[in-house]
Amino acid sequence: MVDLTRRFDVLVIGGGNAALCAAISARRAGASVLVLEGAPKFYRGGNTRHTRNMRCAHDAATEILTGPYTEEEFWQDLLLVTGGQTDEELARFMIHESKDILNWIVEQGVRWQPSLGGTLSLGRTNSFFLGGGRAMLNALYRTAEELGVDILYDAAVIDLKIEDGMFLSAELLKPVHGKTEVRASALVAAAGGFEANIEWLKEYWGEAADNFLIRGTPYNRGSILKMLLAKGVQAIGDPTQCHAVAIDARAPKFDGGIITRHDSVVFGIVINKHAARFYDEGEDIWPKRYAIWGRLVAAQPDQIAYIIFDSTVVTSFMPTLFPPIAGGTIAELAGKLELDPAALEQTITEFNAAVRPGTFDHTILDDCATQGITPPKTHWARKIDTPPYLAYPVRPGITFTYLGTRVNKQARMLMKDGKPAANMFAAGEIMAGNVLGRGYAAGMGMTIGSVFGRVAGREAAKNARN
Amino acid sequence: MHGTPILTETDRLMTVCNSCRYCEGLCAVFPAMEMRRAFSDGDLNYLANLCHSCGACYTDCQFSPPHEFNVNVPQTLAVARAESYAAYAWPRAFAGAFASNGLVISLVAALSVAVFIFGFAAVNDRSALLGIHTGPGAFYKLMPHNAMALLFGLAFLYAIVALAMGIRAFWRDIGEPVGMTTDAKSLLQAIRDAASLRYLDGGGVGCFNEDDQPTDRRKLYHHFTFYGFALCFAATCVGTLYHYLLAREAPYAWWDLPVVLGTLGGIGLVVGPLGLLAEKWKRDRVLMDAASLGMDTAFIVMLFLTSVTGLALLLWRATGAMGPLLALHLGVVFALFVTMPYGKFVHGIYRFVALVRYARERQEM
Repeated sequence: MVDLTRRFDVLVIGGGNAALCAAISARRAGASVLVLEGAPKFYRGGNTRHTRNMRCAHDAATEILTGPYTEEEFWQDLLLVTGGQTDEELARFMIHESKDILNWIVEQGVRWQPSLGGTLSLGRTNSFFLGGGRAMLNALYRTAEELGVDILYDAAVIDLKIEDGMFLSAELLKPVHGKTEVRASALVAAAGGFEANIEWLKEYWGEAADNFLIRGTPYNRGSILKMLLAKGVQAIGDPTQCHAVAIDARAPKFDGGIITRHDSVVFGIVINKHAARFYDEGEDIWPKRYAIWGRLVAAQPDQIAYIIFDSTVVTSFMPTLFPPIAGGTIAELAGKLELDPAALEQTITEFNAAVRPGTFDHTILDDCATQGITPPKTHWARKIDTPPYLAYPVRPGITFTYLGTRVNKQARMLMKDGKPAANMFAAGEIMAGNVLGRGYAAGMGMTIGSVFGRVAGREAAKNARN
Repeated sequence: MHGTPILTETDRLMTVCNSCRYCEGLCAVFPAMEMRRAFSDGDLNYLANLCHSCGACYTDCQFSPPHEFNVNVPQTLAVARAESYAAYAWPRAFAGAFASNGLVISLVAALSVAVFIFGFAAVNDRSALLGIHTGPGAFYKLMPHNAMALLFGLAFLYAIVALAMGIRAFWRDIGEPVGMTTDAKSLLQAIRDAASLRYLDGGGVGCFNEDDQPTDRRKLYHHFTFYGFALCFAATCVGTLYHYLLAREAPYAWWDLPVVLGTLGGIGLVVGPLGLLAEKWKRDRVLMDAASLGMDTAFIVMLFLTSVTGLALLLWRATGAMGPLLALHLGVVFALFVTMPYGKFVHGIYRFVALVRYARERQEM
């Protein structure tokens, strides 16, 4: 049993990739470590549960990576997706460290496999976890337990005692053997963002946030982040921003994970509840279009939209968890979607009339475009005229938030006055905003988690011993 | 729509899994699933029989219970698999033997042993049954060799025919062309995969049994069991060849090939089944088909009894216990043969056929 009368060298709050990398790394550096995971054991790990790969730089192909991905190329990709909203020094440091993570994470029991079939073209840049994110987590937990890291589940922290940038103790909601105070010489905060905290999201999104679906567990509430910012830690990242994709409207409110996503936008049109199109469905190729549709749908009335396509394209994309809703006629489909049949018929008729001939190729920006309608569909535009007509209802699916704590290269938090915190470190989504001010590229969240988790654990152990 | 509720549930799970695919590196089931967008009954039975029940996909799944998607692939496929055994049973009238398998096999075994004991007693006088017989032909004082060979030959032949008919039904169900059975490359690959239990290892770490710590114990005990069985079978074959080709009659000296093979196999067939039983006892019930427990246990116990009675016969064959022990051993072996097509034994047959199909599908990719 975990003994809370003792003072731990390092307290890790959180239970995902970053938290476990920090715990393992601190333990390997000789520190006594306690991990407080707010979720029950099954839901441990926050968003890591739903991940599947990590983006690491490497100079040559490996058994599972098809070619080199240099630090410079990684940096250019990061620059592109963030539009420059990144801390270059920290980002380059992370990219450099990511090279060694490829091996280090394997030493912690995680296994790689080549990129998954039928999905993304990430075979060169991203290493996939054999068995997915939960398998990766299970391996990290096994290693941490074998090393003697103490772990508590259902261990929600309700207060942090911090004086002048110095962490003293954390208070648990539920006592362990009558004790609720956890003392430690150093803190690693790796407790994620606030994407599951609808009330907090409402501060920026208003009532619309009630219609958001959360792709991860209900435990990603950002309470640790909120406490740290309230106690003088410097914030980074736009609080109003979150990563959102369009996911099936029939998905559960929380934890639908990756299987509720839709990537069929390109094969049809997207309409809102008035059966009107609202954005160019053919603007760009994956992954750019993937990451914009959540936001686009969030801006529509009632935060609902429908991807409409016909029977000719059903096998053009990954099989979906929820089957498409089908109608023998446009009017029948409209009826099932509870849309105005006349409006939907008009939208599709106008769209079909605007489609110009071209050679369809969904892997490139092809020459199939519409003419004379607003908004246009600038690529992959083909007539929707072969019944049955099909539809997926979609809503915004929130993946993660960007607001975080400012850190330096030691993963040490910086206080509002710019001074480094005495004994507080952060890793993972809670500090991702330092390198990822906006946008996203597959596997980057895990890179941030593992790199800064490892650094934070090491530095926290060093800090605790001094 | 599917023929049974379990196939409907299997379809639901495969639809979930096909939109996720995180597990594709763990075994053969998920790559086979990915080759399809929709699943017929036959497809689902194929996937069910391809699954080696290593449990890794359950431990690794973010949607396993208590998640509301309730994805439990190992248990669902185990139930589907057990139902498929009954569906392919030949003759059809015996399909019910799977439902109360433990009872059926116990009865058949007890009956067989009793018939041998009473048969020996009836055919021979009591002094022969309990007498001491040594030297070549000692066993045949109790039962003439030709009678023994004929009886067991028929029992074995029956098992082969019934199993072959089951394979035929499976092959048809999964929609494979008949000619594919002779595809040497696929057969060789399947033999390699089956002989090494390639897919009973959670993608490399070992399988999951009582908790989330992977281990290779089930694989190890299964190897003991399978190769023990194979050695015992080889011992019988060599003995038969000795008898007919070399005119050398059992029992053989301890150093002779049939005895060496049989003893080694017997030891494997003691260690393996005991280990498998222990693992099954510990196994997390959430991974298992509860209804199959009787069937699994009955088969393991029968294998264990086969080896134990065989080894006992070897140890005490020069004493007055030889007669009753021979009757016991022959009774158990007879029961094992005739119940083979109606119990857990068929898992190896259908899984092998599924591996052949999988090997062929991979080649065509």
